[in-house]
Amino acid sequence: MRLGFILKEMFEGIRGNLSMVISIVLVTFISLTFVAVAALLQIQIANLKDFWFERAQVAIYLCNDFAPEGQCPAGGITQSQQNAIAGQLKSPALASYIESYDYESQDEAFARLASESGDMSAAQFLNAEQLNATYWVNLADPEKSELIVEAFTDQVGVADVQDQRTYFDPIIGLLNAGTIGAGAVATIMLVSAALLTATTIRLSAFSRRKEIAIMRLVGAPSSSIQLPFILEGVIAAIVGACIALGVTAFAVDSLATDALGIDPYAMTFVEVSDVLTVAPLVIGLGGILAFLASSISTFRHVRI
Amino acid sequence: MIRLEAASKTYRGSAQAALKGVSLNIERGEFVFLVGSSGSGKSSLLRLMLREERVESGSVLVLGENLGKLSSRKVSELRRRLGVVFQDFRLLSNKTVYQNVAFALQVIGKSKAFIETSVPDALRLVGLEDKAQSLPASLSGGEQQRVAIARALVNRPEILLADEPTGNLDPTNSKEIMNLLERVNLSGTTVVMATHDRSIVDRMQKRVIEISHGEIVRDAQTASYKELPSEPLEIAEPEGDTK
Repeated sequence: MRLGFILKEMFEGIRGNLSMVISIVLVTFISLTFVAVAALLQIQIANLKDFWFERAQVAIYLCNDFAPEGQCPAGGITQSQQNAIAGQLKSPALASYIESYDYESQDEAFARLASESGDMSAAQFLNAEQLNATYWVNLADPEKSELIVEAFTDQVGVADVQDQRTYFDPIIGLLNAGTIGAGAVATIMLVSAALLTATTIRLSAFSRRKEIAIMRLVGAPSSSIQLPFILEGVIAAIVGACIALGVTAFAVDSLATDALGIDPYAMTFVEVSDVLTVAPLVIGLGGILAFLASSISTFRHVRI
Repeated sequence: MIRLEAASKTYRGSAQAALKGVSLNIERGEFVFLVGSSGSGKSSLLRLMLREERVESGSVLVLGENLGKLSSRKVSELRRRLGVVFQDFRLLSNKTVYQNVAFALQVIGKSKAFIETSVPDALRLVGLEDKAQSLPASLSGGEQQRVAIARALVNRPEILLADEPTGNLDPTNSKEIMNLLERVNLSGTTVVMATHDRSIVDRMQKRVIEISHGEIVRDAQTASYKELPSEPLEIAEPEGDTK
């Protein structure tokens, strides 16, 4: 009975205050869409790292006779220097960080260059001696590549150590910037949504002040008086959150996956299932903010 | 039933006290008029009894509860045992007579079955059973006040507080309302009524508590205005008043 009454009062409040409630829905929808986008960009970064960092290797380029003096003051690598490097790769200190490693000789590097560069082959202008023999190191934990880079950078006979993960730094930076941008817009919009919710509840309370006065006088419990107002804000925000998720899911499905035509085998992209992953965050954030805003407004403007 | 001991109240932003050390005792089943000029403190007294306002010093006991120390949950429970009627009726214009009365029970979570028997009973008591489906705007002032009384009585309160219930009514309607309140009182409900209307006080011959500048200046068991000193009663005279 009480719950039925509270819900009835809430719907009456929404009906009587429809334009304001719609404005809460719209502002919440826009702000939570930005929240969803920020969250999805982070998921995208995580996907990218998962997919590529597993494959990313650390390349230890060995000195050859053509290496610049800054890198290899002693000229080409000697056998003993190379043995020392191989020994270090096998050492117990590094073994736990290294999953496996392959040695690519200068000839093998030349063969790969020739096969990879096709007709416009750089191989036409180069020969094997100009390329570096390389140790390709697969890491047990790609996040700890720094350790391997540091261990070999100043090693005699090493021309350069290249962490392939750094190739992703620009795109990760871009995605992070996108997250910060979307997050900043979301924050401003959420503040507006919260203020709008508070104002709407205030108006709603004002338009029903006669009912409230009567409820108080006949001894209605505070839940019957205040809950309909709080729920009005929360329901509007949750509707906004659901629209935000729907629009985001549609955008992910049609734009990211289909329209960009990205080969799912070459690149893992966010999917509709990821939108479901961020759904609790989006609905929870919208609901909690609306609950706080409408509660504060209700306690201030609806006396019991 | 209602006991005030040295109750004082000053509203924020006001230099003068609305009530100054008021003490009174109202027993079960009494009918009491609160009289006095505008701003004398009648309504403040009713607001203290309803716990619309908190007493500043002294104490207010209603139905055995010390209102100065009551939690807000207990305030709701107390108000369910009180009925209140105002000069301006305070009906919901978008609800029918029946719905207005039923509203008072719905908001305190009464069952549908209870509402369906209590509301027609209350409407019958005030003689409006045939207007159950009318909207307040289609009723006369007297009828609207009867709806408000039905709403105040529908949960069978032990005390009925009435703040100028006849203030907006002509003499005929006022008389009807007073007859109704008298019947309510005879059925056992304690009635406390603030009024300006001398003719009513004279006719009813009930206990009169007169308030002036926030203090009780007279408490007479069965009094009429004629017996009261005329000096403190600077009354805005209602229409139809017989001096």
